[in-house]
Amino acid sequence: MKGLKYILTGLVFGVIMAKSEAISWYRIQEMFRFQAFHMYGIIGTAVILGVTAVALIKKFRLKDSKGNLITFQDKDKRWQRYLFGGMIFGLGWALTGACPGPMFVNIGYGYLAMIIVVIGALVGTYLYGLIKDKLPH
Amino acid sequence: MLELLRQPWPWYISGAAIAFIMVLLLFFGKSFGVSANLSTMCTIAGAGKRLELFNFDWKTEKWNLLFLFGSVLGGVVASTLFQNNEPLRLSAATIEDLKRLGIVFDGELNPSQLFGAEVMTSPKGILVLLIGGALVGFGARYAGGCTSGHAISGLSNMQLPSLIAVIGFFIGGMVMTHLLLPLLF
Repeated sequence: MKGLKYILTGLVFGVIMAKSEAISWYRIQEMFRFQAFHMYGIIGTAVILGVTAVALIKKFRLKDSKGNLITFQDKDKRWQRYLFGGMIFGLGWALTGACPGPMFVNIGYGYLAMIIVVIGALVGTYLYGLIKDKLPH
Repeated sequence: MLELLRQPWPWYISGAAIAFIMVLLLFFGKSFGVSANLSTMCTIAGAGKRLELFNFDWKTEKWNLLFLFGSVLGGVVASTLFQNNEPLRLSAATIEDLKRLGIVFDGELNPSQLFGAEVMTSPKGILVLLIGGALVGFGARYAGGCTSGHAISGLSNMQLPSLIAVIGFFIGGMVMTHLLLPLLF
């Protein structure tokens, strides 16, 4: 089954997020209060290694499993959407303690109330589609 | 080995593992970004007939849905096979701050006050979760990505827009934490 590798990758991701407590509402509160290094350590390590990996992939022009050159898309250069969208996202992240990945990992962990957060997130996504032409990007 | 996996994982293991997931997906020819799944779910529900944003062939995003399904399974594995019963080691300062908000630290991953079964019978509790989720979903699509797409994939590719988005995440998060939570709880 071709999709199995994605399920397994997701499974590993879910275990990482749960075991490192990145899916914890308490840990997110601790982060936004700057009271522990834990979450900064996780994100910082991922970014430092990520920057290195992406630079190496570009330098050696590495190919993916299908033999295509791995390419990276530049984000468009306007800034409003990133700042305003990011701020709205941050409000929700601090309130629910969950960004989109952890919402789903938490459901698997047994926090079924997170289903309500996911429903909210789907409504929010739809609302953005509804009014996006009226927003500054 | 199992005993080791059951311990809470240190930040450097977790950070390295997240970078590995991102790189693995790149070698599969894909890009790590979880919030795109929320759009795909809207598309599957038929939103593409009404709104152009959701008018795409969801099958191109099937891989990401499978990844998301896997991450739910990962949560199941973490809470069963890799379960440990020690309380979360939250900093004393955070425990104290939350106590002042009236939120009790119960040693679990998430406070039962906000995510326990009793929330289902509290209109305020449900509303908090719904509105919080809506802000995450709206903000992620507006910003063109969430923590995985911007903070991990975007910053790894040294994208200035992703840095702006991450700064936005923190402005919003701090406004909620320091200004709005005391009003809500």
